[in-house]
Amino acid sequence: MCLAIPARIEQLIAEDSAIINLGGMRKEVSLALVENIAVGDYVIVHAGYALQKLDQVEAAHTLAMFAEMSTMNDLHGDEA
Amino acid sequence: MKYVDEFRDGELARNIAANIAREATAASGYRLMEFCGGHTHALSRYGIADLLPASVRMIHGPGCPVCVLPIGRVDQAIRLAREHGVILCTYADTMRVPCSDNLTLMRAKSGGADVRMIYSTQDALKIARDNPDRQVVFFAIGFETTTPPTAVAVKQAAAEGLKNFSVLCNHVLTPAAMHAILSAEGGVALDGFVGPAHVSTVIGSKPYEVFADDYGKPVVIAGFEPLDVMQAILMLIRQINDGRAAVENEFTRAVTREGNLKAQALVEEVFELREVFEWRGLGSIPHSALKLRPEFAEFDAELKFSINYVTVRDHKACECAAILRGEKRPQECKIFGTVCTPDNPVGSCMVSSEGACAAHYSYGRFRDAA
Ligand code: SF4
Repeated sequence: MCLAIPARIEQLIAEDSAIINLGGMRKEVSLALVENIAVGDYVIVHAGYALQKLDQVEAAHTLAMFAEMSTMNDLHGDEA
Repeated sequence: MKYVDEFRDGELARNIAANIAREATAASGYRLMEFCGGHTHALSRYGIADLLPASVRMIHGPGCPVCVLPIGRVDQAIRLAREHGVILCTYADTMRVPCSDNLTLMRAKSGGADVRMIYSTQDALKIARDNPDRQVVFFAIGFETTTPPTAVAVKQAAAEGLKNFSVLCNHVLTPAAMHAILSAEGGVALDGFVGPAHVSTVIGSKPYEVFADDYGKPVVIAGFEPLDVMQAILMLIRQINDGRAAVENEFTRAVTREGNLKAQALVEEVFELREVFEWRGLGSIPHSALKLRPEFAEFDAELKFSINYVTVRDHKACECAAILRGEKRPQECKIFGTVCTPDNPVGSCMVSSEGACAAHYSYGRFRDAA
């Protein structure tokens, strides 16, 4: 039940709800646990509630970190 | 899908795996516990174990909500549905947890009990509004991720004056379980933790600092995708190599040090600590679970229907307890994959896709056979 994925906010409806797009599927979620959400934001959704806004800048940093090569014992001296 | 596919990229996975292979050189090896069931699932599903060198051993933790729920708690829910005639609302995963008298909530339902599967606590509120002359009980389970949605529902029920809605509260706390694992006498030896993704979006990274500071165990919070888990493993290896123990955060795109303060405030307003709560596998742990505050007592199903918790022993062949403590692996259970399968689970770890036995049955056992 903890398997959830980030979803894009498509439309804000009632005060505390929004429609999200989950890989093409539209679904209503509650925004009761988050603040300052706008259309186009990505949120982590769990059991029908947005738990946290996804920080898109941090996401890019993390992806860049995955691509970094280890420098330990690096015999090729790639980046030196 | 954006923010999903990039974090499953095969090329990047090979890069991280190469970094791990190059750096995981300590002769003593690396014994790392992934606390969360979502990570157990990711490790199995994406075959991450196959990408790790022999020196890195992943140990499954107790962070699967249905797995740690003891039989006696599901029995309470079944008693409510069968003897008190309530409409019992529950998340899908609890439907098939085996409990006393060879029952599950699913079987109780086929036997005529009014058990309804819900996706969100909002669904339970709606059922209560639509059935004003029936009592509706939400069987609330889970760690810090599902607790705030329960708090929202209780507050909403109070505001609306919904007299026929209550909660059978089984919400449990991640740091308490980590303490229990680390302080268990003769317990599993660990060099570090992969910290949970979703739980940490709510509680933040701060509550883990005690494990680094007082127990000297590194913690790296990881997102839920395979590359997140691999990068967190690499970050743990680096800490261990350097002789450091700190809390690091790989999941910065959703986790801050403070966490979600709005959600925390709601939980604080509605719930208080239980003196003690019995977990499957970990036993009775003080201050490890929540109950409703006295101000919300009318929404507490345990009080409303006077149903006591009675301890029930696990099936005698089932090794879930040892698996949840990280002491055994699924394949060490004698009935794994034969008598106990996802279609016919004997223990709770075979029920949810996050359970160690179910994850190993679905993805890992072919590797053993090969
Ligand atoms: S295989 Fe089944 S019975 Fe054995 S430990 Fe796992 S869940 Fe329990």
